[in-house]
Amino acid sequence: MTQPRSPRTSARLPAAAAQRAVVDHSFVPVRAKLIEVAAFLDRVERYGAAGDFRCAALRQAVKILVDGKPARARRILEQLSDPTVKPDLITSGKAALGAWQKSQSPKRAK
Amino acid sequence: MRFIEPHGHMVSRTTDDYQAMVTAGCVAVCEPAFWAGFDRSSVDGFRDYFRQITEYEPARAAKFLLPHFAWLCINPKEAEDLALAADVLAMIPEFLAKPNVLGIGEIGLNRNTRNELKVFEQHVELAVKYNQLILVHTPHLEDKLKGTRLIVDLLRSHPGVKPERVIIDHVEEHTVNLVLDRGFWAGITLYPDSKSSPPRAVDMLETSGHDRIWLNSACDWGVSDPLAVPKTAFEMRRRGHSASYVDQVLYQNPVRFLSQCPKFRLGD
Repeated sequence: MTQPRSPRTSARLPAAAAQRAVVDHSFVPVRAKLIEVAAFLDRVERYGAAGDFRCAALRQAVKILVDGKPARARRILEQLSDPTVKPDLITSGKAALGAWQKSQSPKRAK
Repeated sequence: MRFIEPHGHMVSRTTDDYQAMVTAGCVAVCEPAFWAGFDRSSVDGFRDYFRQITEYEPARAAKFLLPHFAWLCINPKEAEDLALAADVLAMIPEFLAKPNVLGIGEIGLNRNTRNELKVFEQHVELAVKYNQLILVHTPHLEDKLKGTRLIVDLLRSHPGVKPERVIIDHVEEHTVNLVLDRGFWAGITLYPDSKSSPPRAVDMLETSGHDRIWLNSACDWGVSDPLAVPKTAFEMRRRGHSASYVDQVLYQNPVRFLSQCPKFRLGD
């Protein structure tokens, strides 16, 4: 692991950070998003689409929400990411899909 | 409040957007070259586009008292065509002397292919040769982590690249420290449905620091919000961050990075 060239020094919370306020400001919008996730998972089951690899990836990702460990956003993003390291030989299209699927991944460069 | 929009594709926006941005405190906008939503058929399509963002769009922005700057490249979405990319790369130097051109960008990767990486490397060579700042686009969604690693590895392996003259854009929680820890600047893009939201952006500032980060809306022809940056200022203030903290992130940081190009000048 290469040593950082320029350490970060400014990571901090505001001096007047209020525990209650951060919940007050965000709870209802975040609650709505959580219910959207639940409704989406119900919906894809109802439509017979729950086997889509993206839905499977989402079900795996939500487990991170309740594992009691920090950096949940980072870990969910990592879990949804392409884990390979070599550039692809050919493109699989202009648009990413949101979750990585091994079987549809193009051949990697040597 | 004052802010700089360091990444806006203004050719895709309306004059109402210019008016709203200026009213909200925008004092400069920077326009990286990007994909038009379809592949251009020839190098002449790029020539016309470069004229648009170096001649016409600055004049349109000036009608709203807004300084307009530009970055030049063939974007990674069109980099699979190596012959076209070579033609565009050969043309870019013609435009580097334009008064509003800040550097090479937004270059980078889209689907992390070998051809994209080759064209990215050619852009980096061009930037080093002409001593230009570099603005890097990182891939979307599941491709971002791998692409950012490939980009960082290539940049670090080039002896002519100075990390403090490179900003790597569209970072998220899984890539922000990868970029900052290696001495590069990082850009957080605020999108309604992808990339980062204002609350997540402020989370990253609180946990990764705000010394070498700027915020941008990357507003374009897709789902995007040209007022996303000032809306994130509201999120900062609501959490108790000071006005000077907001000013550093929204104004002073982009000024510090962009002023490495002597053509970046703001009026009174």
